[in-house]
Amino acid sequence: MWEVFKKEIRSFLGSFIAYIVMGVFLAITGLFMWIIKGNNVLDLGIASLQVMFNIAPYILIFLVSAITMRSLSEEKRLGTIEILTTRPVSDTSILLGKYLAAVALIVFTLLPTLFYFYTIQQLADPLQGTDTGATIGSYFGLILLAASYASIGMFASSLTDNQIVSLIISMVLCFFWYGVLSLLGDVKALLAIGKSLEWFSLDFHYQSISRGVLDTRDVIYFLGFIVAFLGATKMAFESRKW
Amino acid sequence: MSIQVNNLSKKYGHQLALDGISFSIPSGEVVGFLGPNGAGKSTTMKIITGYIPATSGSAEVCGLDLSEKSLEVRKMVGYLPEHNPLYLDMYIAEYLLFAAGIAGVKNTKKALETAIELTQLGPERNKKIGQLSKGYRQRVGLAQALIHDPKVLILDEPTSGLDPNQVVEIRNVIKNLGSEKTVLLSTHIMQEVEAMCNRVIVINKGKIVADDSLEGLKKSAADQSLETIFRNLTSHVGSI
Repeated sequence: MWEVFKKEIRSFLGSFIAYIVMGVFLAITGLFMWIIKGNNVLDLGIASLQVMFNIAPYILIFLVSAITMRSLSEEKRLGTIEILTTRPVSDTSILLGKYLAAVALIVFTLLPTLFYFYTIQQLADPLQGTDTGATIGSYFGLILLAASYASIGMFASSLTDNQIVSLIISMVLCFFWYGVLSLLGDVKALLAIGKSLEWFSLDFHYQSISRGVLDTRDVIYFLGFIVAFLGATKMAFESRKW
Repeated sequence: MSIQVNNLSKKYGHQLALDGISFSIPSGEVVGFLGPNGAGKSTTMKIITGYIPATSGSAEVCGLDLSEKSLEVRKMVGYLPEHNPLYLDMYIAEYLLFAAGIAGVKNTKKALETAIELTQLGPERNKKIGQLSKGYRQRVGLAQALIHDPKVLILDEPTSGLDPNQVVEIRNVIKNLGSEKTVLLSTHIMQEVEAMCNRVIVINKGKIVADDSLEGLKKSAADQSLETIFRNLTSHVGSI
């Protein structure tokens, strides 16, 4: 598993996509945090990373899908999947190696945003008077959210040998689970059904964790979500054996 | 027996790719696997290497059944798939170290040196795979197949698309390997079989139509050339 993990990290950091994707993520969050008029930290005058945590889930849909799009589709296109799967490693460890590599890369991409937190602490009045607990909670939620996106991305990548198709499927699915489902809660015509559908959305649990209250139900939801999508990935990956 | 195949069948949907084939290969033999395109050569190899399961029948490598001990079998088998798939953006050493790692090799550095020496990759060893000529890529493919010193080598058309010089070089590499390993290789080139193999298995439409030593095959066909024998065995009756 760790051999696959290492290879994934190396090949990703050796490709241009890595730097483009990370650059885009930092540029967009930076713009929204500091530059774009209206909601930025300086205009609002609130020393909080809330702006970033509101916008990040949408940017991450693109970022994570771009990280995972090659994962399995490229192996299929090249045919190297045949070498990988005829080595003494189980399919599960191949998939886990690739999945954990994607999650590690996402965490790596999020690291530079800690600099924003430092800046905000310095700006706060009184100095360092920011809500550290809520921020830690939000980061935790963001990582769980991104890890869920990554499981969707792996699944999308297992369906096709074309990385662009994989990217699009992944983005659509992520947007559905994050955005569309949570909007259904606001549709009055759906009444209680809408509310229960909202419970299934990633957004509902992300917001819940972001408040700084660590509810085990939210964590279990995310872990269950990841296991379910990785399970579906494994089924699609092993479809050659059907 | 290094490889033992019993009554093996494979269906893709409704299409029967393998129709109950059986053969066994003792260790140390180099066997040529012949047949027209679509006859079932690659399918057989994919089953023996554990890439896909058989629909019915059994396959064993070194006495271990593929359907039960797939992971153990894979430790003893080196596989070069058709078209030699490679990661073009990796360096040779980087790729071979990875191949050694997932093959479960402990001392990957040593395995790398041995594989580079066996396949004579030395002069090109610092290049990216994407920069290599087809002949050298084929050597990289061979190197990853034998990096873990497997007992059995399965090579699917190892010389297809190479120029005559490269063909001779790759043949020599395989021939040298054949002195200590069991090799099953598929090919369309008859001279190749004569140059490398002790034995020939001919397959057509999922069935074995000949399984004999090279001399035996020629003798039974009144010393015709291998091409003629092949055509007689595999062409459709009346289609010529």
